[in-house]
Amino acid sequence: MSARILTTEAPAPGVPTAETVPAKPLLQVRALHKSFGAVNVLRGVDLTVNPGEVSFVIGPSGGGKSTLIRCINFLETPNAGEIMFDGRLLCREEGNVFKVEPERILRAARSEMPMVFQHFNLFSHRTVLENVIEGPVMVKRWPRDEAIAHAEKLLAEVGLADKADRYPDELSGGQKQRVAIARALAMRPKLILFDEPTSALDPELVSGILDTIRALAEQGMTLIIVSHEMGFARRLADVVHFIADGTIVESGPPARIFDNPDNPRLATFIRSILH
Amino acid sequence: MYEFFFVLIPRYFPFLLEGAVVTLELSFLSMAFGLVLGMGVALGRLSGRKWLEWPLAAYVEIWRDVPLIVQLLVIYFTLPSIGLTLPAFWAGVLGLGLNLAAYLSEVFRAAILSIDPGQRAAGLSIGMSRLMIFYRITLPLALRIAIPTVGGYFIALLKDSSLVSFISVNELLRNGTIVISNTFRNMEVYMMVAIIYFVMSFVASVLVRHIEQRLTPRHLRRKQRSGKALTARPAVMP
Repeated sequence: MSARILTTEAPAPGVPTAETVPAKPLLQVRALHKSFGAVNVLRGVDLTVNPGEVSFVIGPSGGGKSTLIRCINFLETPNAGEIMFDGRLLCREEGNVFKVEPERILRAARSEMPMVFQHFNLFSHRTVLENVIEGPVMVKRWPRDEAIAHAEKLLAEVGLADKADRYPDELSGGQKQRVAIARALAMRPKLILFDEPTSALDPELVSGILDTIRALAEQGMTLIIVSHEMGFARRLADVVHFIADGTIVESGPPARIFDNPDNPRLATFIRSILH
Repeated sequence: MYEFFFVLIPRYFPFLLEGAVVTLELSFLSMAFGLVLGMGVALGRLSGRKWLEWPLAAYVEIWRDVPLIVQLLVIYFTLPSIGLTLPAFWAGVLGLGLNLAAYLSEVFRAAILSIDPGQRAAGLSIGMSRLMIFYRITLPLALRIAIPTVGGYFIALLKDSSLVSFISVNELLRNGTIVISNTFRNMEVYMMVAIIYFVMSFVASVLVRHIEQRLTPRHLRRKQRSGKALTARPAVMP
């Protein structure tokens, strides 16, 4: 899986990271709140993601990891706070009123930050190729043949060129997840959200997906990854965010988070997961 | 026997076929009406709007709990007293369609609810609009689930449409009774009526199965066919 996966006008390889150039953040989340009924799942989350950065979100289950990234692309509507994506405020506080941009704006934003799901969520009535071209053709309104050519290239790069005409339920979990990644890439995204991309996979299929994600990271794609793969996070992450009880308890480079956790909650979590 | 084949059939069969054509017209029109209204009711009830939910639920419940024949009689004989007079044929279409829609709305609602919410989330996550998700993802998936049941309702409708003979629509059964009142040959005439109903229903069921196959992705077709053979032909006891 060493092939170039980004075939489009992606940031050049070796993109400057936050340390070298003070880049304008691609995504900025401030004081984000989300509750389901009486349960406060997010209680003021702040998060900054720079272009080309690979951010991991880790933490105990029920801590709000998935809710956070589902709020970033408005699969869940937050209750309060601010989300700025690619220079555009998607929701904000005005006085005491929480305002969300109209659906049209949210859709445009979503199409630039597609999500890869834990359970793949491929369109089950469409072939692999149809899954990949759905967004480009229906949302971006690209000519069909152009979308197909691009999709075929992406499928070849995730190693599934020969599966283009298959249906999702004819594929293994690992293959499905690679199709899902190709479907996200087909949008020529600025950011890809991964919601536990390997949690539903058989152990022997995990490394294939991790290789695919690593190839994306190496080519400079901006990624936010919710994951339990701590070894993977340690090797690939630029920043690791530890989220528990609805807030980001600590953020930092993987070396500090994993090897020198000063926060006691984080230390306990790291111990429990690396035992 | 001679009289049956050489007098009755040539003289009355075309008349019965005319009735059969009306039966088909009734069935197709009420089906179209029932499909559109049924889908509308299902979507209304799934929209989460309280002011819609209550009246729609009441409609479904009432129309499923009152005999179809009573509904037809009410539409044909009592609507005129509030100033709404419909020709018998259209009263029949309205009555059959309203009744069918009540049932189909439940079929569609169940089909839509059975779709994995992840499908919708995936559509949203690539920037698809709600409307686009509905007709590109939810609708095809739901139809695939609903088609066998809807097909069954259509075949039932072909036969239930005979009830509109009670409100003087000249469809197959009523034409049959007219022939009988002229000839007093009820056995032979009812036989012809029965055969025509059988042929129409049989063709319809073959058609439904064909549509079902076309909507099934090809890799699942073989599996489904063998499954059908199993249910259609239970093992013979030794």
